Amino acid sequence: MYPDDRRYTREHEWAKREDGRIRVGITKFAADRLSDVVFIELPKVGAEVRAMEPFGVIESVKAASDLYAPVSGRVVEVNQQLVDSPEMINQDPHGAAWMVVIEPSGDEAWDGLLDAAAYGALVGAEH
Amino acid sequence: MTRRADFPLIFDHSVPGRIAVALPDADVPEVPIEEIVGRERLRREAAELPEVSELDLVRHYTRLSQRNYAIDVGFYPLGSCTMKYNPKVNEDAARLPGFARLHPNTPPELAQGALELLWRLEAMLCEISGMDAVTFQPSAGAHGEMTGLMLVRACLDDRGERRTRVIVPDSAHGTNPASAAMCGFEVVTVPSDARGNIDRAALRRVADGSVAALMLTNPNTLGLFEEHVVEVAEIIHGVGGLMYLDGANFNAVLGITRPGDQGFDVMHMNVHKTFSTPHGGGGPGAGPVAVKRALEPYLPTPTVERVGDRFVLQEDRPKSIGRVRAFNGNFGIYVRAYAYLRAYGPLLRQVSEAAVLNANYLLAKLRAHFDVPYDRTCMHEFVLSGRRQKQEHGVRTLDIAKRLLDYGYHAPTIYFPLIVDEAIMIEPAETESRQTLDAFAEALVQVAEECRTDPDLVRGAPHHTVVTRLDEVAAARKPNLRWRPKAEVGSRA
Repeated sequence: MYPDDRRYTREHEWAKREDGRIRVGITKFAADRLSDVVFIELPKVGAEVRAMEPFGVIESVKAASDLYAPVSGRVVEVNQQLVDSPEMINQDPHGAAWMVVIEPSGDEAWDGLLDAAAYGALVGAEH
Repeated sequence: MTRRADFPLIFDHSVPGRIAVALPDADVPEVPIEEIVGRERLRREAAELPEVSELDLVRHYTRLSQRNYAIDVGFYPLGSCTMKYNPKVNEDAARLPGFARLHPNTPPELAQGALELLWRLEAMLCEISGMDAVTFQPSAGAHGEMTGLMLVRACLDDRGERRTRVIVPDSAHGTNPASAAMCGFEVVTVPSDARGNIDRAALRRVADGSVAALMLTNPNTLGLFEEHVVEVAEIIHGVGGLMYLDGANFNAVLGITRPGDQGFDVMHMNVHKTFSTPHGGGGPGAGPVAVKRALEPYLPTPTVERVGDRFVLQEDRPKSIGRVRAFNGNFGIYVRAYAYLRAYGPLLRQVSEAAVLNANYLLAKLRAHFDVPYDRTCMHEFVLSGRRQKQEHGVRTLDIAKRLLDYGYHAPTIYFPLIVDEAIMIEPAETESRQTLDAFAEALVQVAEECRTDPDLVRGAPHHTVVTRLDEVAAARKPNLRWRPKAEVGSRA
């Protein structure tokens, strides 16, 4: 169910490596848990983020949660369309609803992320 | 006849020139308003205020008030979170002219009764909490949290210690991490263990010399007493940190155990939850902060002190964090809290005993019908999960809450605490009778049955209310909060 072309955090973000940069979003599990997303706050291009520290906020009709950066680095792209249409997160969390692209400052955080099987087991256990 | 859901706004009753009052002629010379405020500050077009008769006005707001669900109308399982029942004698006391008409700038020598009330209330709160001193300034629980953390900061600064982190369990109220962040601390979250207590092993891993304080709610938001609170306090004190109690659930332990004896150094009390006063959100509220002696020098100015047989406002407090609010907070709220405490006197313990008994009685009636993720003897509230209903019948907790409205009950708190999937939090409070609890349990069991036999009925609820399911997603994404004249919105009207 979870694409194996990327890795995952225990806080339900996915991280996909593209030419050395990392594209970040949240998983379908997280999107389903949140239900209808109504607001998302993302950093500006150029912002520095640190692995497993909040880089943004997501709010649904049920709850507000922090978004955690899978890796440390600099934000080089932000999905402005998502800010304007947060409902995309419920429709296509693993695709069109990506949030930011990070230029990573090192490899160590990436190595600590979960693969698809491990993440599937984690959320299976949470069910 | 209009549908019941079509409720005209006061603007819709407006007829040009219709008025409800006739003001008397001015008996002072008229001065053009331009001369007083300046022409540039005047608006160019007249405000479109509704023009209605007195009877239109009375009917409009009386009808509107009849749509309100309130504790004076029926039971609600939100318990004290909204506010518990406020005995009417509290209101009598607060309306005594000597209190109600007292101007906040009255000199202390002419306000001795009011100061004595605060002084006596402080002693009562200290006795109940096991603390040594109280500030009455904070206007709500979250304001109290922020004040309490400012006191922690002031104390650490005074000791010359630079501590940067505040530990918060994952079951905490969202205001805890928010208050810590507002005060410039880094928030560290610690998980709960399988019994719903703070995970002590995880706490030990993060407890070090950088910890300013632990913010703990006890009983916690799962409605469970922290079984190892003394050990937790030892861990935090062992690394030089302070213990902050979020007193939101203090109403469960009055006269039974005292936060000061459990090792807490500073706490706020939500007087609406604990001592039956109106709620901050419905305002005005109060969130007094109580501290141990070590933090007393930093309390906001002024404090109320007794000098001989006189009561004074003590302003000379060199280490104080200063004011966090004008005057001594919302005085009228404290009159109500004082009246409540005087009415119960030494029987205050019965408030908590009845609250805990009522919650356990309801839990026993509901246990077979819902999942209970942390199934222990609860305190004044408990948390069910609608996980089973969601997985087996595709009915969410939100649907269950909406269906309860059809049975004439307000919905309980849902989706909190965040660590419980499909959470349903129920707090009956101490004032409800066994008959009321039985009727409510029967309704909720009936809804659980409907989830099984007719899930669409529950998913489409409510069916019998004035308005049915509202589009809360659209309301959050495209809020429409402002009335505009019909000409502006064109044919939409």
